[in-house]
Amino acid sequence: MTARTAAAQRVPVLSAVDVTKVFGGTRALRGVSLDVLAGRVTALFGENGAGKSTLMKILAGIETPTTGRVLLDGEERRFGSAREAADAGISIIHQELSLCPNLSIADNLFLARERRTRTGGVDRRAQQRAAREVMLRLEEDLDPATPVGDLRLGQQQLVEIARALLQDARVLIMDEPTSALSATEVDVLFAVVRDLSASGVAVVYISHHLDEALEIADDVVVLRDGALVAQAGARDVDVAWIVRQMVGRESDSLFPPRHPTLGDVLLDVRDLVVVDPRSPERLAVDDVSLQVRAGEIVGLYGLMGAGRTELLETVAGRNPVGSGQVLLDGEELRGSIADRIDQGVVLVPEDRQRDGLVQSMSVGRNLSLASIAGLTRRLLLSPPRERAQVAQMVTDVTVKTASADAPIGSLSGGNQQKVVIGKALMTQPRLLLLDEPSRGVDVGAKADVFDLMARQAEHGLAVLFTTSEAEEALHVPDRLLVLARGRLVGEFRRGELTREQLMSVSDGAPTTTTPGATS
Amino acid sequence: MTTSERHPAPGIPHEAVPAAEARAALARERRLRVLDVAFEARAFIALAVLVVVFGILSDSFLTGSNLITMTRHVAINAVLALGMLLVILKGGIDLSVGSIVGLSGVVAGELLRGLRIDVLGVVLYPPVWVVVIIAVAVGGVVGTINGLLVTRLRVAPFIATLGMLYVARGTALIISGGETYPKLAGEPTLGNTGFSWLGSGRPLGLPTSIWIMIVLTVAVAVLLARAPFGRWLYATGGNERAAELSGVPVVRVKTLVYVISGACAAMAGLIIASELTSAAPQAGESYELNAIAAVVIGGAALSGGRGNVRGTLVGAFVIGFLADGLVLLGVSTFWQIFIKGAVIVLAVALDQGQQRLQRRRSAASAVVRAAAPLTPAPTA
Repeated sequence: MTARTAAAQRVPVLSAVDVTKVFGGTRALRGVSLDVLAGRVTALFGENGAGKSTLMKILAGIETPTTGRVLLDGEERRFGSAREAADAGISIIHQELSLCPNLSIADNLFLARERRTRTGGVDRRAQQRAAREVMLRLEEDLDPATPVGDLRLGQQQLVEIARALLQDARVLIMDEPTSALSATEVDVLFAVVRDLSASGVAVVYISHHLDEALEIADDVVVLRDGALVAQAGARDVDVAWIVRQMVGRESDSLFPPRHPTLGDVLLDVRDLVVVDPRSPERLAVDDVSLQVRAGEIVGLYGLMGAGRTELLETVAGRNPVGSGQVLLDGEELRGSIADRIDQGVVLVPEDRQRDGLVQSMSVGRNLSLASIAGLTRRLLLSPPRERAQVAQMVTDVTVKTASADAPIGSLSGGNQQKVVIGKALMTQPRLLLLDEPSRGVDVGAKADVFDLMARQAEHGLAVLFTTSEAEEALHVPDRLLVLARGRLVGEFRRGELTREQLMSVSDGAPTTTTPGATS
Repeated sequence: MTTSERHPAPGIPHEAVPAAEARAALARERRLRVLDVAFEARAFIALAVLVVVFGILSDSFLTGSNLITMTRHVAINAVLALGMLLVILKGGIDLSVGSIVGLSGVVAGELLRGLRIDVLGVVLYPPVWVVVIIAVAVGGVVGTINGLLVTRLRVAPFIATLGMLYVARGTALIISGGETYPKLAGEPTLGNTGFSWLGSGRPLGLPTSIWIMIVLTVAVAVLLARAPFGRWLYATGGNERAAELSGVPVVRVKTLVYVISGACAAMAGLIIASELTSAAPQAGESYELNAIAAVVIGGAALSGGRGNVRGTLVGAFVIGFLADGLVLLGVSTFWQIFIKGAVIVLAVALDQGQQRLQRRRSAASAVVRAAAPLTPAPTA
């Protein structure tokens, strides 16, 4: 470690000791020990599914470890809830926003910790004053009475951050706090983080934006497949070192070279506009045109809220087209999700627990679910045919399972993802849409998933997938499209782009109008 | 670290989870598995206990004629419960079936009495098979309305079918004017005899109602196990969003279960009217609760996606045998009601208990797997 680190500063406030966490069939953490030091920013790196968020949730008292201990000021603590941890001075900013869109900024900031008047009522004026102050600290001059649902995603994320700031925490855990922030907003946030750190707060910082996180960090910790694999001072390492530790091998071996043979244009999206299904006053996809050829793998890269998911869901038939056209093989795609599956378009959703799998069904039945109508003979299912096709698919997508009758929950995250992909492939699609296919899967399964995509593309399948990981965006697709705030801001061939260029492009050109203004 | 910890039990190589914890988890998992099997078979165990206890306490309980009589009572509830099972597998509930029982009897009574068409000045006497079809269709129509309320207007199933409980009962009372239709046997001169066959016929020695129960049981079992519809239903009840993204016609599935449930209820109404050769508009009051109880005792989850025909049938037998056994023992009506209520509550509590148990069991086996990632989950 560097000499500038005075021994007095190295006081662990919060420690994880030999922490293991098991979810269903997945080991999220295996014997991780980590000290969080007062007055320092510890950056935590790792791929999706490496266990970063789980470790943070355990430190913040949201999850209890399967085995191992959490120490606060050297004493073992078992927090019963996030509230208990917060009362002990540990504050967490979640990757997913946990705000109530119907409530105002001030009400959200003080939710469950309302300021009281002498008579016991809510002291709204004090709350509004404090809310305005804390938002100004983040350089957002907003009326505290504004409903959070009316704010841009980036501003919502700042409200989330402000809520943690208000709690005067001794330990502040930030899980992807900048995923929806612009470059200037990130600068403001970093100034605040440096202030906090200088005043003795221990900060844990998680981000996919490696160089950004490296900029703010004092110490660097890398997780891979649930284990802590490397630890160093931020001054001693660079982005390439971090990537090596995260992936565990050179990235070339994870992404083998491809020599695609492209067919005709299969998917042709023209001037597509999609209204955000969650907040109808803004546009999720704003005038996007793109094409995917048979045999081609096209990647869609963008930050949270860039409109990737909405774009894929619109092609799959889950969201209505606002305006513009979606053509498959020259004909307009219409009808329900089921109709589009019949026409050869199928979506592998981002959230496999919520949208991909039926937990109460077996591995085999999940696999055959989307193609079950095609496995019938005189109205009834043919069990031997179903078994044979399921067995074939288990082999094709290399699902590791005890049997096809095993409960789906007994599989690891990566194998569950292969089941969702296998289910989609069993419909014999021409166009495969994958939304964040590598999310929450370990490195080995990730390589399998990309290999699977490549093999299917060789047989003429058109693949359109989204990713928020720069490594994947740079190496997997034949062609990469970059989305920012619903707009297409760049198109690149493989090898044309560096990581740094990708980061700056995906922040969105400052000249683009805010999406809300056009609706 | 002691020697024993460095040499863990065979099959549990030490990894991230300490061996002692893994061993404890394995023992816990085994114990929970035994409990789980007992929970799973709880309906069978309950039925066996009922038969043994009533058989000892009453001489007439285990006679052939009493078993047939009781099974005839069971058949009515079973026909309702099979429809209810489909609705519950979807994650819904159908409170309107008891009222449909009354309505279908009234429709049959009205048709058998003769359909007066004033414009033509004639009275039509449709043959019995037409009466049956129309009555069942009326049940299907009420079910269709339930289904459309739930899928199109997005009314919660509990509320939608609660509303139809009153609407269907009201319709039965309006049509009948509150009167009971007597003498549904029909008249040979009018060519509409035969309705009583449903209630008192005995093809191949078994009452018709029992045959209906058997045929429906087989039909629903095949539907669930072998038809794509069955698979779609389990998927919709288990995770509607995933089902929809897999191309399952979720709206059609959700509507159809109410249609089938309504038709089953109408069939039950016809059996009752035929057995009594009269149709009262009040018939079937609170039968929906018996049907729900049978399904739940049979191990189905009210949250949807879990349950089967075998369990539901056993559940119907438990409810039926319990009621008739208590009558046979001369237990007061008030206590009968009390005991039935207690059994239903117990059934739901056990259902929750089993789910908690299964969660704990999978947590335990996860720890075991974490300790021994390469050995498959140990078998008993």
